[in-house]
Amino acid sequence: MTDMNMTAMTQTAAVPATRATLPPPARFRFWAWLWADKRALISLAYLSVLVLAAIFAPVIAPYAPNKQDLMDLLAPPSGAHWLGTDDLGRDTLSRLIYGSYNALYAASLAVGIGVAIGVPLGVFIGFVGGWIDQVGSRIIDGVLAFPPLVLAVAVTGALGIGLTNAMIAVGFAFAPVLARTMRAQTLVVKNALYVEAAVGFGASRLHLILRHILPNAIQPVIVEVTLMLAVALLAEAGLSFLSLGVQPPESSWGGMLARAYHYVEVAPEQMYAPGFAILFTALAFNTLGESIRVLLDPTIKRR
Amino acid sequence: MMYGVPGMIAQRLMQLVPVMIVATFVVFSLVYMMPGDPAMMIAGDYATAERIAEIRQIYGFDRPMLVQYFFWLGNAVQGDLGHSLFSNESVLRLILSRLPHTILLVLYSLVLGAAIGVPLGILAATRQGTTLDKTITSVASLGVAVPNFWLGIILVTLFSLGYRWFPATGAVSIFEKPLEALYYATLPAIALSTGVVAVLARQVRSALLEVLGSQYIRTLRAKGLGSGAILWKHGLRNVAATMLTIAGLQVNRLFSSAVIIEAVFAIPGVGNLISYSALNKDFPVVQGVALVLVLVVILTNLLVDVLNATFDPRVAAST
Repeated sequence: MTDMNMTAMTQTAAVPATRATLPPPARFRFWAWLWADKRALISLAYLSVLVLAAIFAPVIAPYAPNKQDLMDLLAPPSGAHWLGTDDLGRDTLSRLIYGSYNALYAASLAVGIGVAIGVPLGVFIGFVGGWIDQVGSRIIDGVLAFPPLVLAVAVTGALGIGLTNAMIAVGFAFAPVLARTMRAQTLVVKNALYVEAAVGFGASRLHLILRHILPNAIQPVIVEVTLMLAVALLAEAGLSFLSLGVQPPESSWGGMLARAYHYVEVAPEQMYAPGFAILFTALAFNTLGESIRVLLDPTIKRR
Repeated sequence: MMYGVPGMIAQRLMQLVPVMIVATFVVFSLVYMMPGDPAMMIAGDYATAERIAEIRQIYGFDRPMLVQYFFWLGNAVQGDLGHSLFSNESVLRLILSRLPHTILLVLYSLVLGAAIGVPLGILAATRQGTTLDKTITSVASLGVAVPNFWLGIILVTLFSLGYRWFPATGAVSIFEKPLEALYYATLPAIALSTGVVAVLARQVRSALLEVLGSQYIRTLRAKGLGSGAILWKHGLRNVAATMLTIAGLQVNRLFSSAVIIEAVFAIPGVGNLISYSALNKDFPVVQGVALVLVLVVILTNLLVDVLNATFDPRVAAST
């Protein structure tokens, strides 16, 4: 009880001092930043369109993704099929739109699992320190030594092939990266004066971690997570290309490339759309990540 | 206490022990990620009861996990990684026959990546803020985001099926016909190298900018040293360690991407072996490849550390 009262006091005491010095509300700063950073604006706009396309795929897509037109196999782009058809006569544009759902789902799942394992682990070992930190750091080093996709293929092989298992495997490979960043940040933040002050006021460990350490240590992780979405997207495409990820007949950009590659001598144009979809999306995540890095780190000069 | 390079190597080797233990334990515990009875999973769908019992005995599934781990590790250290469930070939022999293809591919793309990426980074840094600098930085962003295997497909379409300059797929042993092996590996190495080019160009650019902006370079400039001499004698010497470290870290990523590139170009390397074996539940092979590749990466990092310490006495002194 006293613990809670004390923390409540520290918060109310801190408010008047900071509010006066606070810049304009966060949402105004966000739009101003976005307007000033055109690359971030374009990336975010593209990704928003992609998210909408993924959600409203059944409405937007001109055809059902698995509808075969056996009279129109590997057709070049036309008025009826804007991007042509695949080897089973399925509309490429429709499959591309449906594929965006799997791409975004896969990327979010992999990164989400990485965050769910990595962030608590990093904060925990960094905060507790001592032999737990020693052991935890060695575990992180050991998992980091694996080529990520090799580990992902091996783990997928063990869990069983399929998109969800493949992305759990990729998330497993991401976790140590995030844990390492989070640990390093926690070490910096936990010695800050405001944390000491909170300890002086009798704040509990949980309160310290949730209220003080996590919010102040998370910034580099936000950048890393955005960049990781691109890596996860490429991993999904690659694993689906190897038929370890999305299973047919469900559509995925990587799987579309695998089919297009089979028939590349007959219909070479089929390999462009899924490739560009992967490239643009990965580029958008990367650009957004770099913009956030510049935004959060005042020591980096603006481009 | 030992000092200098030998001391540093000894210390690094000591640090490697826990990393090795964790890495081998991860490979070992892959078996436990399998749903259901691992012995039955490994044995496959058509295994006889004796075969399942045999596998249970080989892996020691009836004993405590840690005992099993050391048992498994003991076998692995002696080179016994088990046998393929399909061909019954020794896993170690399978891997060793395929590893040269993958290592050739990774080294080739590393060399290509450095040969293109480092000069681009130097160009961008010495012409900071110009259109050339901005172009190089933008191209580097593309290089990180482009799916290597898609680039591989495009290269095959253009230069193998289109112009017929290069063979579309396959590989030749480097030990039998070295030149032909390089010729076969050229397109896949190019496809694989984009990430290295991009990362090296960026990192060399920023490291060089930092060195060129430092106090002692300004002093040299004030003393009248030409910008060429400053760049070659002082600037690049100081970013060499950065380049080496970055290149070493890329090896890890290259082995990752090689898994898919080998599928595109039908190269019989370990990347193809692990994805094929994962698809077909040939679990001893999957474990074997993961184990061998993680060891290759760990040893590469050690080599990079040693090289850095050899070239830069400060590194050895700081440990």
